[in-house]
Amino acid sequence: MDYNVDICETDIDYENLADGEPAQDFSFNPINEPETSTQNCPEILEMEVFKECTDVQSSRSSSTSDESLDREEISHLQRHGWSAATVKVLASMPSRTAELNKSRRVRYQASSHESPHCPRPVQGASVLADVEEINTEASNFCAAENNMDQLVSSLQGLSVHEGTRKLRAMPLSLADKIEIRKVAFSLKTESSFIGRNIPCYTHLSMYISTTWRHCLFSCLPVFSSFKLWHSALKTLSGRYGTGVLSYFLFLRTLLFLNLLLFVITGLFLIFPQAIYPPRSSKANFSGIELLTGTGYFSDSLMFYGYYSNGTLHGDQYRMPAAYFFTIGFTLFIICIILVYRLSKSFGKNFQVLKSNENLAVKVFSCWDFKVSKKISVRLQSEKISTQLKEQLSEMIKGEDKKTCMQQLRRLIVHLLAWIACLISIFLGTIGVHYLSENKFNFNFKAMLQAHNLPKDTELLVLSAVVSGINLLLPGFFNLCVWAEKYESPGTRVYVSVFRNLLLKVSVIGVLCYRWLERIPDNSTLECWESFVGQELYRLLVMDFIVTVVYTFLGEFLWRVFSQTILQKKRKPVFDIARNVLELIYGQTLTWIGVLFAPLLPAVQLIKLIVLFYMKKRSLILNCQASRKPWRATQMTTLFICILWFPSFLGTVVTIIYTVWTIKPSENCGPFRNLKTMFEGGQMSTRHLEDAHPILKWLSWVYDCLVENPVFLFLASGVFLMVIYFQAQVVDGQRKIISRLEKQIENEGKDKKFLIAKLQDLCK
Amino acid sequence: MILHRCVIVSILCKFRLHLKGFVIMSSAIKPSIQSICFSHAVFLSLQDCTFFTRKEILRLHGRYHELAPHLVPMDYTNEPDCKLPLALIVNMPELKENPFRNRIVESFSEDGMGNLSFNEFVDMFSVLSEMAPRELKAIYAFKIYDFNVDNYLCKEDLEKTLNKLTKEELTPEEVELVCEKTIEEADLDGDHKLSFADFENMISRAPDFLSTFHIRI
Repeated sequence: MDYNVDICETDIDYENLADGEPAQDFSFNPINEPETSTQNCPEILEMEVFKECTDVQSSRSSSTSDESLDREEISHLQRHGWSAATVKVLASMPSRTAELNKSRRVRYQASSHESPHCPRPVQGASVLADVEEINTEASNFCAAENNMDQLVSSLQGLSVHEGTRKLRAMPLSLADKIEIRKVAFSLKTESSFIGRNIPCYTHLSMYISTTWRHCLFSCLPVFSSFKLWHSALKTLSGRYGTGVLSYFLFLRTLLFLNLLLFVITGLFLIFPQAIYPPRSSKANFSGIELLTGTGYFSDSLMFYGYYSNGTLHGDQYRMPAAYFFTIGFTLFIICIILVYRLSKSFGKNFQVLKSNENLAVKVFSCWDFKVSKKISVRLQSEKISTQLKEQLSEMIKGEDKKTCMQQLRRLIVHLLAWIACLISIFLGTIGVHYLSENKFNFNFKAMLQAHNLPKDTELLVLSAVVSGINLLLPGFFNLCVWAEKYESPGTRVYVSVFRNLLLKVSVIGVLCYRWLERIPDNSTLECWESFVGQELYRLLVMDFIVTVVYTFLGEFLWRVFSQTILQKKRKPVFDIARNVLELIYGQTLTWIGVLFAPLLPAVQLIKLIVLFYMKKRSLILNCQASRKPWRATQMTTLFICILWFPSFLGTVVTIIYTVWTIKPSENCGPFRNLKTMFEGGQMSTRHLEDAHPILKWLSWVYDCLVENPVFLFLASGVFLMVIYFQAQVVDGQRKIISRLEKQIENEGKDKKFLIAKLQDLCK
Repeated sequence: MILHRCVIVSILCKFRLHLKGFVIMSSAIKPSIQSICFSHAVFLSLQDCTFFTRKEILRLHGRYHELAPHLVPMDYTNEPDCKLPLALIVNMPELKENPFRNRIVESFSEDGMGNLSFNEFVDMFSVLSEMAPRELKAIYAFKIYDFNVDNYLCKEDLEKTLNKLTKEELTPEEVELVCEKTIEEADLDGDHKLSFADFENMISRAPDFLSTFHIRI
């Protein structure tokens, strides 16, 4: 039997009650108390242990317990109303001896040199959680030995990786874990090593294998184990908390995705083509090409048109096949990575039953331990106290019954705001559409040349307008949300994200229509894919320039404005949602552009790196930590969801549509003179099959299965059934959880009832 | 001499990290540093028992050392028994402004007074790191919030927690109300205190717990 709760402490408090105060709650003394209590303990125990229910105690206990029973039936467990025997019994209940004290027992076992013997169950000092000088450790040894064996045996049957994972998750101190590891792994290695004398090359191979194993298993969670910008992120999280940090982590994730994209296209497309250039560049380099992508860049590795449609290095490397399969492969890999991250994010964020407007949850999980700057810590405290006060006032007041007029007014305000936003999105989209079709009939070319600007500058107008819309309209949306005065901050963020998303989806939609419908039909263009690639490049570059200008000038000016004119003492706050959506927009453009401009991921890579340092600088200069709560985990999940669903899937649909239906241009690119790009892929597979007959079998399988509609119907039917089944399982588990909770409550009631009855019997 | 060399090398390591920016493999350390500070076996055992890589363990050792350069030996091959007092550890920049700093350090110390050996120091940051699982963090969070160390979160613990969270901005009535509501919401077995099971059940509903109960080192 193990005594976990400090019986001595309760007895001391019990002694304190001798004054006759019907104390409702007693205050525990902090840690210093137990040391004195251990000295008093044996005497007290000896005195109390044989007094089952003495007159003095029982009268006091019965009076207080009677009162409590009268007052609140069996609800209030007043420990000082119980006899010592009851207290002892309660303290030795199995539920009290939690895992928390496993470590004490393991350490005593590991460091003991005395022979363990089981103590008499009644006597034997209780194990205080944090005091080492305990008189009899013997009571722990029996349990400790069993514990140690249990822990070691639980690690035995597992593979090294699983065992390590389990060991790390054990709630023991590091010294204990090292002990257990020694025992558990030595038992494992004993069986694998034959002799004692291990030659030195085995040491080396062990070293190599452990390092390799460690590297492999730390590379599996891929991108998050890279330590890029570790100290910068630490400073940022110390100042601004987890919310702002999530933006920078998202940026880092996108950086690695782009790096991967660049490496793959670089290896298979850019590098081979760079070694065997088809023709030399005709134009000279002048600065404007960095902005427009025309001129020197138009006939370079940057765009689709440069790539040859034949074979390189003799007959060995077919460019069209490489192009087709590389793009397919990169999209496939990105799909898998995004699905993996999305599922991990959902896994962390599972919320099975009630909403998290729980006060208890807020109290224990809202303090951000990462924040280390004094001012930010103070702001965080203010934030938490404001939240708690709001929630308390809501609880006390109850639901605010609004009058009909007030409700109507709110409804009208919401409706107006939504109509305003939708109209602005519509106007913006129509503007972009008409501009792209040149329906305004402005002769931009003449106008700009009249001002002696270099040639091709008129191409920048469209991208400038799109970037301008992306800059101004979200500000307008923020204004609308501020005017609408939503009650919960969560709703505010979701509404604002949704409107932003709608804007960006419409703009990209209109541009995609232009690129896929209008431009291929335009016979004046020699190489329409390169033109589309150039447009995408221009969009990215203009977006970057506008962001730089906005970050440096805009945020700085806004801070000056808010501090001098609006007379606010605080600096403005970093708008996380808007910035993340900007990142997603840029990434979508990059993904669409990979087909038309294989070097676009490199451009995006450079842009992200510069953006990181810029945003960090601007943040430190112009912004401060937010006073509103930001649910970082849920928002991160939402952003990855947005990255997956409209962004990536939209890209895939666009690319598949392009590859499947649009006729490639006749004079340039790896797919010239073909009906569709897909045909190029098919031709390549046929060539491969002729070269390697084994692949014929694979393609036969493909033709029979994948291209066969019956098989596809069957497969999707099976998947739908599996999904339905899993959904039912989740539902059932939810029901089980609520039933178990009810059971725990009932057990608690039973326990109270039985204790009360026990008390009564004792009298 | 060895001390100087180790300090210079650790500074160079930091500079290299800054320049390069990334640490991909954990095997970039030259054997000479290892033999000065730790034996290979100790490294392996630390790596297997915590969520840190070799480089991070060395970095942690550097941080531990700079808290008290005179007390902490550089050479750990003989497993010296050296503990730093609470007052030194809570002065670390990561912990200095944290209202729970004393409780955090006490929960990881063997004697309960906050004196940490290097193993306990590493253990503390390992549990508070990103990679520690939710269950492990919940156990230690419970220990941290349990001010009177009785394995229950009673009302006094909650009051102390709230006062530290809000820096005493709430009135006593509000604190009382919040404590009562918290116990009411989370207490399942009805003893008006939160046991570990209640706490863990409640924390499982907090998706933010993993990201907030995290200190970067």
